[in-house]
Amino acid sequence: MRVTDTWYLVVGALLFSVGAAGVLLRRNVLVILMCIELMLNAANLSFVTFARRLDDVTGQVAVFFVLVVAAAEVAVGLAIVVAIFRQRRRGATADDVSLLRG
Amino acid sequence: MNARDVLDLAWLIPVLPLAGAALLFCFGRRLGEPAAGWVATGALAGAFALSVACLVALVGLEGPERSHLVRGHDWIGIGGFRSGVGFLVDPLSITWALLVTGVGSLIHLYAVGYMHGDARYGRFFATFNLFAAAMLVLVLADNFLLAFVGWEGVGLCSYLLIGHWSERPRAATAGVKAFVTNRVGDAGFLVAMFLIFGALGSLDYAVMREGAAQLPAETATAVALALFLACMGKSAQILLHLWLPDAMEGPTPVSALIHAATMVTAGVYLVCRAHPFFDRHAAAGDVVALVGALTALLAGTAALVQVDVKRVLAYSTISQLGYMFLAAGVGAYAAAVFFVVVHALYKAALFLGAGTVIHATGDTQDLRLMGGLRRYLPLTAAGFVASWLALVGVPPLSGFWAKDEVLAKALFAGEPLVFGIGLAAVFTTGLYLTREALLVFFGNERFRRPAGVPAPAHDPTVSPTVDYGTPPGPPPLDGDPHEPGPVMTLPVLVLGVGAVVGGLLNLPFRRLEVLTHWLEPAFEGVEEITAPSFAAAAAVSVVSVTVAALALALAWRLYRRGLPEVSVDPLDVRLGPLGRCFGHAWYYDEAVTAFVGGPARRAAERLDRAVDAGGIDRAVGAVAAGVVRAGAAMRALQSGFLRRYALGVLAGTVALLGYAILRAGAG
Amino acid sequence: MSDFPVLSALIAVPFLGAAATLWVPEQRAEAARAVGYLTTTLTLGLAGLLVWDFRAGVGGFQFVEEHRLSSTLGVSWIVGVDGYSVFLVAVTALLFLLGLVASETVTDRAKAYTFWFLLLEGTIIGVFCSLDLISFFVFWELMLVPMWFLIAGWGSAARRYAAMKFFLYTATGSAFLLAAILALGFLHRADVGELTFDLRALAAWDGPPPGTARWLFAGFMVAFAVKAPIWPLHTWLPDVHTEAPTAGSVILAGVIIKMGTYGILRFCFDLFPGAAVDAAPIMLTLAVVGILYGSVVAAMQRDAKRVIAYSSVAHMGFVVLGLFSLTVIGVGGATFTMLSHPLTTGSLFLVIGMLYERRHSRLIDDFGGVATVAPLLTGAFLVATFAGIGLPGLSGFVGEFLSLLGAFLAHRWWGVAATAGVILAAVSMLWMVRRMFGGPPRGPVASFTDLSWREAATVVPLLALSLFLGVHPRPVLQRIEPTAARTIERLTERTGRRPPAADRARAHHRPAAAGRVPAVGHGDRR
Repeated sequence: MRVTDTWYLVVGALLFSVGAAGVLLRRNVLVILMCIELMLNAANLSFVTFARRLDDVTGQVAVFFVLVVAAAEVAVGLAIVVAIFRQRRRGATADDVSLLRG
Repeated sequence: MNARDVLDLAWLIPVLPLAGAALLFCFGRRLGEPAAGWVATGALAGAFALSVACLVALVGLEGPERSHLVRGHDWIGIGGFRSGVGFLVDPLSITWALLVTGVGSLIHLYAVGYMHGDARYGRFFATFNLFAAAMLVLVLADNFLLAFVGWEGVGLCSYLLIGHWSERPRAATAGVKAFVTNRVGDAGFLVAMFLIFGALGSLDYAVMREGAAQLPAETATAVALALFLACMGKSAQILLHLWLPDAMEGPTPVSALIHAATMVTAGVYLVCRAHPFFDRHAAAGDVVALVGALTALLAGTAALVQVDVKRVLAYSTISQLGYMFLAAGVGAYAAAVFFVVVHALYKAALFLGAGTVIHATGDTQDLRLMGGLRRYLPLTAAGFVASWLALVGVPPLSGFWAKDEVLAKALFAGEPLVFGIGLAAVFTTGLYLTREALLVFFGNERFRRPAGVPAPAHDPTVSPTVDYGTPPGPPPLDGDPHEPGPVMTLPVLVLGVGAVVGGLLNLPFRRLEVLTHWLEPAFEGVEEITAPSFAAAAAVSVVSVTVAALALALAWRLYRRGLPEVSVDPLDVRLGPLGRCFGHAWYYDEAVTAFVGGPARRAAERLDRAVDAGGIDRAVGAVAAGVVRAGAAMRALQSGFLRRYALGVLAGTVALLGYAILRAGAG
Repeated sequence: MSDFPVLSALIAVPFLGAAATLWVPEQRAEAARAVGYLTTTLTLGLAGLLVWDFRAGVGGFQFVEEHRLSSTLGVSWIVGVDGYSVFLVAVTALLFLLGLVASETVTDRAKAYTFWFLLLEGTIIGVFCSLDLISFFVFWELMLVPMWFLIAGWGSAARRYAAMKFFLYTATGSAFLLAAILALGFLHRADVGELTFDLRALAAWDGPPPGTARWLFAGFMVAFAVKAPIWPLHTWLPDVHTEAPTAGSVILAGVIIKMGTYGILRFCFDLFPGAAVDAAPIMLTLAVVGILYGSVVAAMQRDAKRVIAYSSVAHMGFVVLGLFSLTVIGVGGATFTMLSHPLTTGSLFLVIGMLYERRHSRLIDDFGGVATVAPLLTGAFLVATFAGIGLPGLSGFVGEFLSLLGAFLAHRWWGVAATAGVILAAVSMLWMVRRMFGGPPRGPVASFTDLSWREAATVVPLLALSLFLGVHPRPVLQRIEPTAARTIERLTERTGRRPPAADRARAHHRPAAAGRVPAVGHGDRR
């Protein structure tokens, strides 16, 4: 059985779904951050796959951008998470932090 | 020096008093009393000397050549509109210039004494000089726009001088009333200028002289009526007359110069100057003549029972201005100018005499508290009496010739109605002025305060004006009144002499009509009104003198002894309710005041409250509130829950993707 | 004319001055003021240079500088002035210097005040000089920021409300402006192939189809009508005037509201000639309503600043009337009024500010009898009042007369109706003068001091200029005329309308009088 591009895409889609589900269902901020990471990497996987199939490096370049953005996001995101944890020991889930409520 | 060289200096005539005004506005307070007064008088006297020189130079020219243009710089120019500063010296303008500078100098001189001790002495003379300058610009201008500068300038000075004693609420209000009423007329002047420019493409008199005849009748009539609206404002004709009686709140020299001798005659000047618009179009002339005649009569009746010495003269001025328009309206422009000249002489004398009387009796303006003053103020009385008789029309004093000429021209121009109204006004004239003269200078002395009664406290914020219907106050003086110095008596006497002999200017006999002949070049193309026969003219004279004599006799009978009882006025008593109507000047002022203070004010308030705040601003507020409400409705979406946002993002993405796939599938 | 980029310098100097104030230590108010004076004086000097070097008799733009910033976005730095804007720039520079002198009494946070004040100056001069629609819009919007801070920071009681109202009103109008500018630029690109917001290029273009042009015209007009303000979009003006600090009112009445009418003149006429001609009857009607309405409502106000604010609405009505008469006379008169109104209304607001400092009230009824105790102050107010209500010899008359004349030539009855406005203007202003200055001195008024030297230094230059322009308006009119003639010519060419005959310049202006009036004196005293 040959591993075709479709397999990679399916894996990517699964990873993305897992990530999306995690973001939507979990309340732990750290887990949400990790799930976002999962979704980004799922996208990366698809990018690479298509780059290979279309024989175009643009997709791989995009991955590097995503990686940079992801790193930045993690840095800022974790900083915010730490700041929140410092302020309130208990009840620091995503639902508790709703300061932006209109 | 060549005559034209002299005439080239005509621009100095208004500039001299203007320079005086500028000097006094800057340094008036430092110059102080009486230097400021002398500077002002000197500046105007210089202008008078120049005017005389111009007159001589003009006389030296041939009849039709008697016109000279001094051009200055271009003032306003853009697009097709050009208007400049230029002075036109011709018989008409120089006549007025002589009047303004001559009578003006005398009144300035008088004011040097009259304003003695005033806190704002320097400013008074600065404004007084500015007035003279503006008036001279008005009469010497060579185009309508520059004339309008003078026209507005005299209005400004009138406003400032009426409100000279601004701490008196009445004076301050009267100034505003005068300016605003005049503004109604000024709007007419503006519209007239727009019409003239639209039709002729220029506001120069020279263009008007040539172009006015070719204008369609309706345009010329519209111009004439718009101009006449302006004249009604400035010259206080009925409907727009209500500011002039109130203008008496100003110092008496102001009343004499501005509100009797010169400024108020500016309307007559304008009609004379713009006569090509009035000449050929009967409708405009008829309106002018009729309004003039009605003004003469109604103002004459209003003067009958006034108790304030200056108010009688104010209504008298309105009435006399009516005669001038009556003359101008029937096309007798020279007669109108003649009337203006002699009226300036005797009315100025009357006002100055009244001022002396007011001073002498300790700021009293109530006729009922005077009487018998001829014994104490003999010189003033002489000037006043001469002017009184002249105004009433006693032959051969100046007023007789002037009034006679006006009435005769009205009759022979085929305006019997106007003539009739004018004749009726003659009767009122004889009555009201004789009443005033007798109450002031003859009869019993009513100004003496009994011994032991303390003098009432003097309040500088209360105007001494006495309205009709107010009971007389306590007698003002405990000593004898006395004649002021020569600075104040001399002008009255000089003007009084003028009132006596002024008729010589224009005797209605062949070759003695000096003024008419002199003015001929200015009124070229105007049809002359001639009497059918000498007998007819004489008959008119006899009739008008008889009417005046009847009035004189009636007044003499009523007031020969003065007022035995101070609060009872025999004429007023005999007139009954009509007297009250006259005293309140037909209640016109009250009606206008009630309208402005009532419905008009309420409407304006509604505009402010209901329309502006309640309508427009609320609509704007409602839009803003709508935005706020819409925002409030959207707030619910912003729950602050991160995961709900993420769900939204996901749902949105899925929807978009689904749409794209469906589109792709369909396509 | 040298190569010195005087316009860029004029815009840059206030911005640099504002930046310089940031280095001044917080507590050293006098240092901040010194920077302010230096900057405004320098700006005024440059503006003086500009007016001095401005060539009369030329209709086009002068002192043009052009630098392409981004060709993909079509944005350029193009500045230039013509007869419309050159004097507005000068007046702006003058008012800011005098406004700063009048702001000596502002002791609270002087540094921040000076900063915002200078920033405001830079943005306003930028508005008047920009010939690129995008940079025009940037300055137009940027102006709101310092103005907001000045009102909200140094205003009186209800200043927050006023500042917000001002901001929202004008920002709403600006939204339409931006949309219209972008649409115009892209329509131009679709037609010609090049993206540009250069006013000159856009004006040379035939323009969008008439239907679209009408919508774009409306978009521009909304923004300008709010700023001008044209009735019925005026209700922000009284509130803002009442709450703004004195110098803020002076600048607002003096130059900010002129930006609206300037915009109409600069953009609406050149870009949308057809729509402008079509809209003329509507705009004239709004102008007449504004003239009459403004004066009547002014007479009913209790607050002196509100009276002047509503009378400004009336004055701007005269400007709009002159503009939409679409005659050289009317447009010239309107432009002149835009120059004269800052002088007169500026003086009025300055004097009201002085009275406020003495009495701590702006209510008319709290005054009375000021004339008796403070004659010079009263004199200054009276001169400004009469200049405002159009007394010949002072600057207000020239503009008002020409605007009315232009309107009358184009549309007779509108002209007549607007003429009635001169009566109402006198009523509202003189009645206020009567109540505040006439009568016996009331209460605390009795202890008023007269004009101080510093106060005189703010108001006397304005009044002197007003007198000068009233007596000798020729230098200004000569510089406005070619520009106005060019605008009207373009309108006529593009739309084929027939302008009134009397509007055209004649070969001989004062026909030599033949015969009866020998012109002997002619030419002797030129």
